[in-house]
Amino acid sequence: MRHREETIRVLDLETGYHSKKGITVITRGISASLYSGELTCLIGPNGAGKSTLLKTLTAFLPPLKGEVFIEHKRLGEYSDAELSKVIGVVLTEKLSLNNMSVEELVEMGRSPYTGFWGRMDKNDRRIVAESIALVGIDNLRGRMIQTLSDGERQKVMIAKALAQETPVIFLDEPTAFLDYPSKVEIMQLLQRLAREKNKTVFLSTHDLELALQIADKVWLIDKPHGVTIGTPEDLALEGNMTRYFHREGVVFDNESGLFKICHHIDRTATLVGEGIRFNMVKKALGRHGINADDASSDGIMIEVVDNGYLLNGKKVHSIGMLLDMLNDTD
Amino acid sequence: MSRQITMLLMLLLALSIIAFIILNLLLGTVRIPAGDVIDILLGNHSDNRIWTNIVMKSRLPQSLTAAMAGAGLAVSGLLMQTVFRNPLAGPSVLGISSGASLGVACVVLLSGSIGGVTLSRLGVIGEVSITLSAITGSLLIMALIAFVARKVRGNVTLLIMGVMIGYIANAIIGVLKFFSAEEDIRAYVIWGLGSFSRVSGGQTTVFIVLMMILLPTAFFLIKTLNLLLLGDSYARNLGLNIKRARLLVIGCSGVLVAVVTAYCGPIVFLGLAVPHICRGLFHTSNHAVVLPASLLGGASLALLCNLIARLPGFEGALPVNSVTALVGAPVVMWVLFYKRKNEV
Repeated sequence: MRHREETIRVLDLETGYHSKKGITVITRGISASLYSGELTCLIGPNGAGKSTLLKTLTAFLPPLKGEVFIEHKRLGEYSDAELSKVIGVVLTEKLSLNNMSVEELVEMGRSPYTGFWGRMDKNDRRIVAESIALVGIDNLRGRMIQTLSDGERQKVMIAKALAQETPVIFLDEPTAFLDYPSKVEIMQLLQRLAREKNKTVFLSTHDLELALQIADKVWLIDKPHGVTIGTPEDLALEGNMTRYFHREGVVFDNESGLFKICHHIDRTATLVGEGIRFNMVKKALGRHGINADDASSDGIMIEVVDNGYLLNGKKVHSIGMLLDMLNDTD
Repeated sequence: MSRQITMLLMLLLALSIIAFIILNLLLGTVRIPAGDVIDILLGNHSDNRIWTNIVMKSRLPQSLTAAMAGAGLAVSGLLMQTVFRNPLAGPSVLGISSGASLGVACVVLLSGSIGGVTLSRLGVIGEVSITLSAITGSLLIMALIAFVARKVRGNVTLLIMGVMIGYIANAIIGVLKFFSAEEDIRAYVIWGLGSFSRVSGGQTTVFIVLMMILLPTAFFLIKTLNLLLLGDSYARNLGLNIKRARLLVIGCSGVLVAVVTAYCGPIVFLGLAVPHICRGLFHTSNHAVVLPASLLGGASLALLCNLIARLPGFEGALPVNSVTALVGAPVVMWVLFYKRKNEV
């Protein structure tokens, strides 16, 4: 059962650092909320202040101005011990930890609840076992941390955050350094946790595509514009995506709601046919600077037929051969 | 590693301590038959008063001092390696022993050249003042390092700071030596060689009681130490007050080194090597295991070093520091090689 509740409210927040040279303001004027059962992604270019914002929300940094409320209580009013039962974090920094087993590390997540000696009782052990199962790392239990891959390590840290039993989980770039399937896996895992466990999950990431497909809400952060918040779809419709990530060679495809690499077009070809093979030919041609059209003026005629492709009437069997022939005619 | 094997290893370590204490009581420059040693220990009057004196006033206090000092240094080294997150941290590397040396040098050397009193001739008062000056010196350096620790980021910087502080302390000692009487310099150099037999009579009891109080306090820090392993940010997120934790750990470790150094002189390498041996032996970083293991291992290794230093033939003249370095340095090297293969 999902019951969506506001867990975090940010009011006119200004983040930044106090340094010797004075105050450095990174972002200002953020007012927003985070909800339980939702996965929210914080997206923005490097140096936009993603980490600073996360650090401020986790109370590692004091806010320069404004307020952060967590479960209707001012962040500054929480003690370290109280906060450890409300916010769990997963950080980018790699643990320089040897000779500690996965299970022991997840058990550390119970420290806010264990007593002076850190002894685990039955309930603690049950929660640790559940957290490990939920993340799907039962097979890693006895492994030493230093023998894990980056993706596995990230899952262990997520299990630690789960064992902490906090309503809110903050993750700083949990998908950095991972290969693509692992990125997808971690994101899906986090989405599942938000849904099933009704957690408020907030993470920063550079993986736009994934974030746009999986996030319930997106916070776009940028130096000149500040923070813009909405569902990925709303942000796309309002043209925010194009504005935020305008770069040479990248276009935001409003149809699919995803980013596309924009190729420089120098030729056109007439392409006839239908189905998935039609689309694949179109994609391959695009990569080679050829725009597929209904009626081309460049004298290239491609037809998708049953068991191959016809290039100006000549039959080839694969797209690779088709491209070779096209390039030979240059 | 299973619980049973851990317990078994722990038991073996404890047994090795008992074995080494017995060997320490039996072996020495003067041959005393085992039966007589047992008689003397049981309080039966032996016919040979000299033997009684050797066992009760030299070998027994020396063994107990060695065990306590070894345990203290190993525990202190472990705490420092964890809090500074650096495998090379240890009492002798961070300049804390140098601080103790500086304290002792100030008192021993200056009392002669300024006060006109030769401390080395003052007996018990001299010993007490040396102890106090060593404690003061190392605690001052410890405070300095703790202060620097709060200001600088990065543990390598801190470690280099510690080494530099050590150099400065040694330089000052050099200057003091230059202006001192030969007799005082001799007293200082002998203190600097390190020895488990320097402590005599009632002072042994004081030392042992102090260590009995200090060592268990380290056990109160097990949960804190384990959290510190995760790094500051994770530890803080798990509810640890980092500043207080760091101060407690550095303080506990510093007092341990200070007391041991005060009574035994600067003993090198034990504090650095033993935690590494224990982590390797027990295949864990969990302080609930490594801390008691280091305590037992430190005591055991110190007894072994003491035994080697007093082997018949050396006439009891081999400085303990040479032995600890000879045993400790290869162990550290072995640990580094071993790590390369298995952990990187």
